[in-house]
Amino acid sequence: MCLTLSQVTKRYEDNTVLDAISFDVKAGERVALLGHNGAGKSTLMKIILGLIPADQGSVSILGASPGSQIARTGTAYLPENAAFHPALTGQEQLCHYLRLRGENPRKAMPLLERVGLGAAAKRRIGTYSKGMRQRVGLAQALIGTPKLLVLDEPTSGLDPVSRREFYSILDDLAAQGAAILLSSHALTEVEARTDRIVILSAGIMVANDTLTHLRRRASLPIRLQVSAQNGKADEVARKLSGGRRNGVMVDLVCRSDEKLARLGDISALGSLVDDVEVIPPSLEDIYSYFSKGGQA
Amino acid sequence: MNRILASARTEFIIALRNRWITIAVIMMVLFSLVLSAAGSAPTGALGADKLSVTVASLTSLAVYLVPLVALLMSFDAIAGEIERGTLSLVLTYPVSRGALILGKFIAHLAVLAIAVTAGYGVAAIAAMVTDINAMQGMPALLRLFWTSILLGATFLGIGYGISAFARRPGAAAGLVIGLWLVLIVLYDLGLLAAIVADDGGTFTTHYFPWLLLGNPADAFRIYNLAVSDATAAAAGLTGAANSISPVYALISILVWPIAATTLAWLTFRRVTP
Repeated sequence: MCLTLSQVTKRYEDNTVLDAISFDVKAGERVALLGHNGAGKSTLMKIILGLIPADQGSVSILGASPGSQIARTGTAYLPENAAFHPALTGQEQLCHYLRLRGENPRKAMPLLERVGLGAAAKRRIGTYSKGMRQRVGLAQALIGTPKLLVLDEPTSGLDPVSRREFYSILDDLAAQGAAILLSSHALTEVEARTDRIVILSAGIMVANDTLTHLRRRASLPIRLQVSAQNGKADEVARKLSGGRRNGVMVDLVCRSDEKLARLGDISALGSLVDDVEVIPPSLEDIYSYFSKGGQA
Repeated sequence: MNRILASARTEFIIALRNRWITIAVIMMVLFSLVLSAAGSAPTGALGADKLSVTVASLTSLAVYLVPLVALLMSFDAIAGEIERGTLSLVLTYPVSRGALILGKFIAHLAVLAIAVTAGYGVAAIAAMVTDINAMQGMPALLRLFWTSILLGATFLGIGYGISAFARRPGAAAGLVIGLWLVLIVLYDLGLLAAIVADDGGTFTTHYFPWLLLGNPADAFRIYNLAVSDATAAAAGLTGAANSISPVYALISILVWPIAATTLAWLTFRRVTP
């Protein structure tokens, strides 16, 4: 196990920021940490990194305690809004980080090329865009062969193409056996790219499961969108006892176990119906369901 | 060791880019030249060689300028990293806080050494050009050089300590300027006022010398002027402190850098990014 959290609790005066958080991340596993602003994601990451201590509970990183030499050597971190000294060039900054990890500074250029910064390597970071700084942050997180990557909102500031490149780099790392914990605001983004999802809400862990299981557990209502023949929307709505949305559309809401029966009702209407669309609960709906503590 | 040097190297590049090296060198050279020109008049009267007189003038200059340059370079060292958000990342690296601060210290001290060498070098050349006996003042100049480096080291340490304590560059800047004013300017004035009020009592004979030695800038001035031939050129409080043995001043000069950097390290250890 690369990372194990057990009953981790953090309080600031009377305010409990993290309440008995327990989960683990195995080698090669990609886990997304989701939550609103202030849900405790960054605090949890700082505890894992040994930057701040937990008040209760224990954290084990590669079998060692947070902040220990073993933990720091094996862990790479990408802070939210990665910042660097504006007077240094990308290459100088990366050489610095390589030296701090005891690695050969010649590896700076290949790393910068890997994150698509080869052409800008000799420019000062002060002239970089936010996305480019984020790439420098990613490049430094790739130094050596980290066994655990802790990434705080790694794709903020990246365009869709860069995001895809970023996740494909993560896939490579996970395939090489790195454990990855990344935080994000958006479930849609991490959907296909992570193996498991942990949701924090006001310092409490409200979910820790795969997306498929979360979807099943939430069992949120399904929407059926029926397009009626021209001028028949009222009739269709009456027969299906659904709500009419406009001249042609009728909206139905049902539980997932009612879905087939409702579809049967619709097909029984025959030529009155033009088309039917089945809309499963969106990822936002599922996220919202869990982050509100299990209420839709 | 490599990690300390990595940190030092990067800090040096930053100092170079931020024009700190240029600013420090220009400041030292400019003031040295002005002092050399102004100090050329009394040479004959004192009977000392030109360089010794210049060293006496440079001592008074260094007391103001070296701490100022050191504090200006160091106040941002930790507070700036906290504000930029670079500290939290670097603290997750397998490198100790002691190594990080030592790296910065080495780089900033190197910048200071370059500036001091340039300034004193120009003053020495100016003295040698106009007086063939100026070589006699060489030991005094060398002494001034290494004690200036130690004085700078002390104020770099104090600056780091304030930077870590204040956590914000704005607050740190205010604190270092305040401290410079108190230690370098007001301290002596305060002591002078106390002596006048005391009128030769126990304060003047018992506490005053120790209070003077306790201030790194005063210890620096006492040491350089007491062991040089040019004491007569000194004015003000140091004249009154003639009775203090230079050995005590030397101890103060040597202990301060260690105490200040240790204190800075202890303060930095308590910083959570």
